[in-house]
Amino acid sequence: MEQHELHVTVNGAGRTVACEPDAPLLDVLRHHLGLAGPRFGCGLGLCGACFVLIDGQARSSCDFPAWAAEGRQVTTVEGLLDGDTLHAVQQAFIDEQAAQCGYCTSGMVVSAVALLRGNHAPTEREVREALDGNLCRCGAHRRIVGAVMKAASEVAEQAR
Amino acid sequence: MSTPPPALPPLPATLAANPVLSAWLDFTRPGVVTIGTGKVEYGQGVWTALAQVAAEELDVDLRRVRVAPVSTATSPDEGVTSGSRSIEESGSALRQACAQARHLFLAAAADRLGAVAGALGVTDGEITTDAGGTGLTYWSLAGPAGPAAPGLLDREAGDPEPAKAPARWSVAGRSAARLDIPDKVTGRPRFLHDLVLPGMLYGRVIRPPAPAASLAGPGDPPLPGDVMIVRDGSFLGVVAPSDRAAVTSARAVAGTARWEVTPSLPDEHDLKEFLLSAPAQVVTVDEVRDEEAAAAVTRTLEAEFTRPYLAHASMAPSCAVARWDGPRVTVWSHSQGVFALRGAIAAGLGLAAGQVTVNHVEGAGAYGHNGADDAALDAVLLARAVPGHPVRVLWSREDEMGWAPVGSAMLARLSAGLDAGGRIRTWRQDVWSNGFIGRPGSGGEPRLLALAHLAGGQPMSPAPDGPPTGAMGSTRNAVPGYDIPDRMIVRHRLLTMPIRTSSLRSLGAFLNVFAIESFMDELAAAAGADPVEFRLANLTDPRGRRVIEQVAQMSGWGSQAGRADGTGLGLGYARYKGTSGYCAAVARVEADTDVRVTDVWLAADVGRVINPDGVINQVEGGAVQSASWALRERVRFDRTRITSVNWDTYPILRFTEAPRVHVAIVSAPGERETGAGEVAQGPVAGAIGNAVADAVGVRVRDLPLTREQITRAIKES
Repeated sequence: MEQHELHVTVNGAGRTVACEPDAPLLDVLRHHLGLAGPRFGCGLGLCGACFVLIDGQARSSCDFPAWAAEGRQVTTVEGLLDGDTLHAVQQAFIDEQAAQCGYCTSGMVVSAVALLRGNHAPTEREVREALDGNLCRCGAHRRIVGAVMKAASEVAEQAR
Repeated sequence: MSTPPPALPPLPATLAANPVLSAWLDFTRPGVVTIGTGKVEYGQGVWTALAQVAAEELDVDLRRVRVAPVSTATSPDEGVTSGSRSIEESGSALRQACAQARHLFLAAAADRLGAVAGALGVTDGEITTDAGGTGLTYWSLAGPAGPAAPGLLDREAGDPEPAKAPARWSVAGRSAARLDIPDKVTGRPRFLHDLVLPGMLYGRVIRPPAPAASLAGPGDPPLPGDVMIVRDGSFLGVVAPSDRAAVTSARAVAGTARWEVTPSLPDEHDLKEFLLSAPAQVVTVDEVRDEEAAAAVTRTLEAEFTRPYLAHASMAPSCAVARWDGPRVTVWSHSQGVFALRGAIAAGLGLAAGQVTVNHVEGAGAYGHNGADDAALDAVLLARAVPGHPVRVLWSREDEMGWAPVGSAMLARLSAGLDAGGRIRTWRQDVWSNGFIGRPGSGGEPRLLALAHLAGGQPMSPAPDGPPTGAMGSTRNAVPGYDIPDRMIVRHRLLTMPIRTSSLRSLGAFLNVFAIESFMDELAAAAGADPVEFRLANLTDPRGRRVIEQVAQMSGWGSQAGRADGTGLGLGYARYKGTSGYCAAVARVEADTDVRVTDVWLAADVGRVINPDGVINQVEGGAVQSASWALRERVRFDRTRITSVNWDTYPILRFTEAPRVHVAIVSAPGERETGAGEVAQGPVAGAIGNAVADAVGVRVRDLPLTREQITRAIKES
């Protein structure tokens, strides 16, 4: 198949990938760059399992054409760590045991990080709204909302 | 005469069936205890709880314990991971294996030290005396493993050893952080979907457009030279060098394939007619006659309740990898029953079981028999075309929703008689449903999807439903848990299966408890009693009474004065399977143009608890999923195929819709452990149904409790 050279910054590193022009970004991240964090769930951007940050905005990567990521900053859940140190949201998910199967977790973490970048003191309602594009089938909602609230207070603490 | 020592219980069943201790415990890695189990992890936290059991019984730090991946090649066969039986079965077996191992280690140490075993202890895996450490450890004593020099644990379990009394527990019985969560928040490869093997190719199956369809011709799509088409009868797939090429090639093949399609599905708008008119096998599940009680009845009520077909709708579509090496095939699957899957693949393809190895790798959350096993056979069939290459098959979301087995639509018809004092004297419940026991191997049939599509393949027979009891199949929890002297419970298992059904979390209990608990409120109203008081008046089981009383207290039941218009409270209760964990739930709803469940309170007694936070997590999750089923979910279809194939057509509860959930464990340390994963499904549905009736003043008997169904119930009332 016809290949196209894509230049994209993923988790802070410039990457050049030969891929089909219409390949979804998720395919490039998982299969060309070996990143397991963004996950395939539905293929239509309906479930949130594949969420990544594109120029700081959380959005689905399964229906985002790779060519449209040309020259942009893409951050996956793997890119949220600072060395070995977890992002406050990741740590809060562990502290609150905010998962069952965890297949949707990386997308949720990405949505929460995007929320907290713009809002250090979200209400529970705002957290729920920010996560509304992420589906959880196991029913860990209470814990996940609690983890994001906890991370928010820690981020606010650090910013102080 | 001296009193004989109290008899120990016999060996746990799965240890007796897999008696070699080294299948359960391995000390090969220095400082690490590797435990074996036949039960698989899919987010329910069972491996963490099993690790706690082993750490407790062996006196080692929990951080030393690892769980060996489950494989038909190495693991004890403990059947399917289902029915909330893992802690009861594998936990008991592992505890006994550890108790025996500890005993063997202490005896070996006593030999070496010239000491009495009874004078020795263990601290984090090191054998100790009153004077302190001995330098001997589990790892030094385990000895070299292998046929030439068998290790200490390469022997069969002996007579039962006493296990540590729960009163002395320090690791089990306390909340432990799940072992798997750190990988999941950092995106480390962990799921089968992340597995990449050397030389791996990528396969996709092009499913027929309907359950009743045959392939007239695959057409001649333009495909890249390195993509292979695999066809066998109506089984059609592609194998490609990349996932992307597999997807685009499968799309191209689907575009040219010609199918002959026959309408075969019932009318989704009249499931009652379908359920009541389809041929059925009728069996009595429970019959107790009491003429005196029946004669005391002064008032009889009747009602019918239904649920639609429900989908597993796991977050990840099913995935599998298979590789043929000569006559043998190795499969990587997220099946809940790797041994049954091995048997089904072998039977379906005419192989000996020894030719098939199935390795479990974690998938997304599973709530019963989903597409995992079918995907495994797909991978086996596609990999057969490229010997030596692993082939990975990933289903599309549409295939997952359209082809994985679903939980059956059901109808329950209830009638009950009250005496003059408002006590329930008689109960009759008839349940119409397709079977729930459709896993691979059930009824002696492989029951894997693609087998019906292969040339000469036979259609799958209607799913069995298990032994006719109140614990199994569609009649799970159809026998009310209340004190009813005269009762008759009947199962009508459908003998035609237009939509493939199998086990979905709690099986028939979801509808049966919804029906019974809705009906209990109707009976309470007829008796002029408060729902809580009415239940307590008809229930003597103290553990059942305790969870009802506790949830009533948690939810502020009885202090409902001043409730705003349009809000309602409702209670639901059941002892899961009639023999397992107890759960009572209260739901609070707000109903205007739509129903919103704002809060669910739950009290659960699941006996002795290994990981309290794990139990709470399971009960919370069960409650939210049950609320989602009760409020939103319904498999949609036309006369040829399922049409609810993605999240827009099969909506589930979202973050802004999910209730706040409040769970309390009712402590029962003296009772045997039961599972917690399914106890909430029925009670929460009953609680929501009763809360809706409380809020809108009309009983809605058909699930899901959508605006349309409520409007219809109001019109019909």
